[in-house]
Amino acid sequence: MSLLRTVNLKKHFGETRAVDGVDFVVTEGEVLALVGPNGAGKTSLVNLLSAYLTPDSGEIIFLDQDITNMSVTGRIKAGIARSFQIVNLFDDLTAFDNVALSIFSRENKTLKLMSLADHDHEVNKETDEVLELFGLGGKGHILAKEMAQGERKLLDVAVAYALRPKFLFLDEPTSGVSTRDKAQIMDTISSVVRAGHITAAVVEHDMDVVFKYSDRIVVMSDGKILADGSPDEIRANKEVETIFLGTG
Amino acid sequence: MAAMDKRQGRIRLPQVVGIAVVFAVGLALFPQVAGTYQTMILAYGLLFAIAGLGFNLLLGYTGLLSFGHSAFYGMGAYAVAFAARDLGITSMELLLLCGLAATAAIAVVFGLVCAGLTRIFFAIMCLALSQVLWSLSYKFFWVTGGTDGIRVKWPSLLGITEYSGGGAFQRFVHDYYYYVLVIFCIVVVGMWIITHSPFGKALQAIRDNEIRAEFLGVNIRKYRLIAYIVSGSVTGLAGALWVPLAGLITPDTLWWPFSGKLVFVTLLGGFRNFTGPIVGGVLYNYLEVYAIASTEYWQVVLGGILIVLVMVLPTGVVGGLSQLAAKLRTKEEPQREPVTDG
Repeated sequence: MSLLRTVNLKKHFGETRAVDGVDFVVTEGEVLALVGPNGAGKTSLVNLLSAYLTPDSGEIIFLDQDITNMSVTGRIKAGIARSFQIVNLFDDLTAFDNVALSIFSRENKTLKLMSLADHDHEVNKETDEVLELFGLGGKGHILAKEMAQGERKLLDVAVAYALRPKFLFLDEPTSGVSTRDKAQIMDTISSVVRAGHITAAVVEHDMDVVFKYSDRIVVMSDGKILADGSPDEIRANKEVETIFLGTG
Repeated sequence: MAAMDKRQGRIRLPQVVGIAVVFAVGLALFPQVAGTYQTMILAYGLLFAIAGLGFNLLLGYTGLLSFGHSAFYGMGAYAVAFAARDLGITSMELLLLCGLAATAAIAVVFGLVCAGLTRIFFAIMCLALSQVLWSLSYKFFWVTGGTDGIRVKWPSLLGITEYSGGGAFQRFVHDYYYYVLVIFCIVVVGMWIITHSPFGKALQAIRDNEIRAEFLGVNIRKYRLIAYIVSGSVTGLAGALWVPLAGLITPDTLWWPFSGKLVFVTLLGGFRNFTGPIVGGVLYNYLEVYAIASTEYWQVVLGGILIVLVMVLPTGVVGGLSQLAAKLRTKEEPQREPVTDG
């Protein structure tokens, strides 16, 4: 069943066609990788789908509802969440508070002025569980800015995951971390996402990561979708090899 | 296991309450050991502390620097003066309600204008709006008394006290100190809860990373507006409490240098911790009183202190002490290890 689809989606920045007539479909339950060379339009597409950017034209349909003009808040309520290419955390809050805030927001509790956040036992319990899931148990008291880069990457995804989205965008979740940490981060994210039956789209440059962890791969180039298929199909695609992998 | 980890470095409520009670008892005993003048000075300090707590909800917790909070302090004071003069209200409780209602109303109007702005644009807009009120207080002298201001008589406190005859001033200052102290304690508790509530966490999230906060579903403008209204109202409450003690309200209270004083108060104590504005408020008041008493160039003295503060103690007195305590703790920890191992 289609969870999200776009119809002729376009976003141009002057002469640059960042997203140029993209028809994109995401099926419920899959882990999809969005790949392409720098400037291919991957992050622009994610930005359009998460309402960080507004499209010039086209439609975005999520669960049979037109969300093209829906605000960021509206899309989050609808079930779309995202993490960011450059880690985007609340640096002066602890890891615990970063995750707890997501849960408070999801539960519409952030407008509570006269109750102590620390005394919400349900939120505390769930926050601990989320931190444990992401391998951050025992690190809840550390300020986000004082965590190692790999932990910050995981926390960034954990914050988005705590919104319990139906669809999760992960924008380069392993960028800026060592090769050893990459595998650990992707193992953690992949197991959490699959165990939670969350549909996910991962923007990634590292093709080893892409082939290992995704069910389907969408290759973008010059704002358009160049190829769309299983990891084996993409591996065998000569056009992708030539244009993207540069090995043709 | 996780619950235990979570507790590390987080609120220990009994400890917080214990410390607060010790300070409250100390403040309650102060008039018993100090004279009327010192009691009055400390009452003014507590009023600065209340205003600072209100101001810091925006600066420290939401990341918005207002250069227009004199508007709320002055509005609270003028509303009390108008209510006492024009409506003949003598009850301090009713006067406070008038002051709070007026400041909340003006905070809603100003907030609707300012809440969509950030950084220098927010600061300048706050400044501009406060100066509109200041100029109105000058120009509408038949209403405000212009530079002569409006005199405010001592109100009744809790409806049972009248102040006349010999020793009236001493009795009023004594009673009013306790009146201010009770409200100060209520404000401290209220603001502490707000800053530690989910709403307070959301404000801190907006301060740290507006984009990410939005991507958690936090409506930035709405939260800023609420923070602005609460901040303005608390600052206005301080102004409403101040005017019966001062006995006179003039346009000077609405003038921009008073907004600067609130910035000074908060920087002095430290704006990245809850107690900073409290310490800053009391300390600033003493500094100003004794600087004025010592030299006619008292502004130079305060300016010098501000420069030193920014350069040496950018996190304020409380922030500096916290850092010192943290350093001492880390020095102690390695010494403990051999004992544990042994």
